Amino acid sequence: MSARVYLDHAAGTVVSPAARTALVEGLALTGNPSSLHASGRAARRLLEESRESLAASLGAHPGEVVLTSGGTEGDNLAVRGGWRARRAEGRDAVAVSTVEHLAVAATAAALAEDGGRVVGLGVDADGRVREDVWDRVDERVAVASVMWVNNETGTLQPLDRLVEACRRSGAWSHSDAVQAVGVLDVDFAASGLDLLTVSGHKLGAPVGVGALLVRREVRLHPVGSGGGQERDIRSGTVPAALAAALAAACAEAVAGRAEHRRRASELTGRLLAGLAASGLEGWRRNGGGEVSPAVVNLGFEGVRADDLLMLLDAAGIDCSTGSACSAGVVQPSAVLLAAGADEATARSALRFSFGPTTTAEDVDALLRVLPGAVRTARRVA
Amino acid sequence: MKVLAAMSGGVDSAVAAARMVEAGHEVTGVHLALSRNPQSFRTGARGCCSREDAHDARRAADVLGIPFYVWDLSERFAADVVDDFVAEYAAGRTPNPCLRCNEKIKFSAVLERGLALGFDRVATGHYARLLPGPDGVELHRAVDGDKDQSYVLGVLGPEQLARSAFPLGDTPKPQVRAEAAARGLLVADKPDSHDICFIADGDTAGFLSSRLGSQPGAVVDTDGTVLGSHEGTHGFTVGQRRGLRLGVPAPDGRPRFVLDISPAERTVTVGPREALEVRELEGIRPGWTGQAPVAEWHGTVQLRAHGEALPARAELRDGRLLVRLERPASGVAPGQAVVLYDGTRVVGSATIDSTRHGTTGARDAQPVAAR
Ligand SMILES: Cc1ncc(COP(=O)(O)O)c(C=O)c1O
Repeated sequence: MSARVYLDHAAGTVVSPAARTALVEGLALTGNPSSLHASGRAARRLLEESRESLAASLGAHPGEVVLTSGGTEGDNLAVRGGWRARRAEGRDAVAVSTVEHLAVAATAAALAEDGGRVVGLGVDADGRVREDVWDRVDERVAVASVMWVNNETGTLQPLDRLVEACRRSGAWSHSDAVQAVGVLDVDFAASGLDLLTVSGHKLGAPVGVGALLVRREVRLHPVGSGGGQERDIRSGTVPAALAAALAAACAEAVAGRAEHRRRASELTGRLLAGLAASGLEGWRRNGGGEVSPAVVNLGFEGVRADDLLMLLDAAGIDCSTGSACSAGVVQPSAVLLAAGADEATARSALRFSFGPTTTAEDVDALLRVLPGAVRTARRVA
Repeated sequence: MKVLAAMSGGVDSAVAAARMVEAGHEVTGVHLALSRNPQSFRTGARGCCSREDAHDARRAADVLGIPFYVWDLSERFAADVVDDFVAEYAAGRTPNPCLRCNEKIKFSAVLERGLALGFDRVATGHYARLLPGPDGVELHRAVDGDKDQSYVLGVLGPEQLARSAFPLGDTPKPQVRAEAAARGLLVADKPDSHDICFIADGDTAGFLSSRLGSQPGAVVDTDGTVLGSHEGTHGFTVGQRRGLRLGVPAPDGRPRFVLDISPAERTVTVGPREALEVRELEGIRPGWTGQAPVAEWHGTVQLRAHGEALPARAELRDGRLLVRLERPASGVAPGQAVVLYDGTRVVGSATIDSTRHGTTGARDAQPVAAR
């Protein structure tokens, strides 16, 4: 395959050199961090140093870091574990925005099997949680979960309002910050959140590791049972090498985030200006005015996103619809539907997302083929 | 050429795609998702539409190193194939859904989308041959007579054929399997699919009952004598012998067959084998793979998938195709296609609308299953 123009960093970004080095070095250690002998202690030391580093990068206390296998597990622990912990208090509901990733949305929906209720927090036309829904976070809500940055559109959510509503009602606040770390200033202590999800492969670590930040006063119930290695919340041997890679990637991403933001804004501007100059009609950027600079979700009238994706793929461009696939079939964007779009519009959007390695040349390469590809895709009846 | 290879997840379409790659074409694989609920379609080796089949198709595309996508055609398939299938049975006819799928989905919806997106051809694993002829491309039977699928392609017109590729038509099936194995395609020994892909358990009668409900009626003989009852005419096909559940044996003790199905009266008429014999039939919606024949045509016709080639004459009258068979055929079911062949070449097809028991020339003979 010739050189690809990779514009799908929100799905998985490049593993940073620092993370790669940390991983390889970590893999040289033999032993289980729970073992009591010298080898075990060495693994444990790497694990705890990684935890401390990660905590420092994210404005958390090391004791607040629960290492996980990734974002999905963190979201499961927060939503299900939070609900289980609090239903005895009469809090039988979870409140979630209607634009959450499936890791949150499907977890919440699955609680119904155990007698849970889902309180939906509706969004406006930009996909931001509406001002008038926060009352729904009441005394019966165990956990309220609203993502920091939407993975499809990049829309930023009003987390201060979430925290406020949770303070008032006594619910725990959770935010899936998978798309925020490394782009925005994510500081757990400053955020006032009770729970925050991080995923490694979105910020330069390998796939298969992540973290849930859990405020010290918050006692989640475990979701899976076992040895309780991570604060009795999460069981299973913790992969010290992956933790080290996560810590290294996170430190690098946090140190570089201001620069990444600046560059990503430039790239976004270049893409939008280039498209405007191309004379292509019938396109718009989805997600409203407050969006991550690293995600550009574009809707193209009269186009099915999967056709456009195929044409761009053939032209060397990797991008995504950002929405869920079912058995390989692209579904209409649940995020855009929740924001009030009709089905055709919800099928017409593509997500381009930038990482630290994305260059102006990448955007130019996209601009060379995108207008023509849109016109071709419009020929499909 | 830019080729869109329809990949079902079976061995044939995988080898067809492989051959197009080898011929130097720029090939893209697509698997057609035909069910809105993949679980409800047949799984694994036996069908064409399950999640597992999509996986197998994807793995074959990986081995070939070609891009691969899944196209969702479930809505079109439900409307144009499944609903049509049910409606045809409800009307007392016996449809061929594979043929309808080729007509409406593979060489229509998929082909049109492919052409719009810049592809030149759609390639499939059908056993049939496209050969150059004086008036353009011709559709011929496959070399492997047991596998020949030209019948279910007989509905295609010249524009569709000009945009199609059937790379397997010149190869016997065992050789295709061997080739799949040699190419490292994991589907090499996957069993063939035979049944209707959208009827998960193979129980067509049960599927139809679930869609059409129970519509009890009488089973009668040719004199109108009631012999038994049934739960719906959709459970029957002209020519069917099994499952009639008649308490009374025929006076002559010989087996009885379904002769006619009348949903309006909810009757199923049964009788002896001879009464099934058909000399003439009328087809509607005739279509041609090339030029329509001008005068009376003679050649062979095939009246069902894997049926034999029967010598016949045909002519068009008022947009209907009148077919006279040289020797009588048995169990010709309205709703099936009559496909016309000139030697191995497919000339065209029509949907069988009515059949007559008459002898050649006696066009006013008693209709047996006319409606
Ligand atoms: C917002 C959001 N949450 C959760 C996840 C799931 O994370 P992971 O892939 O690490 O399980 C993703 C990844 O697509 C995401 O974008």
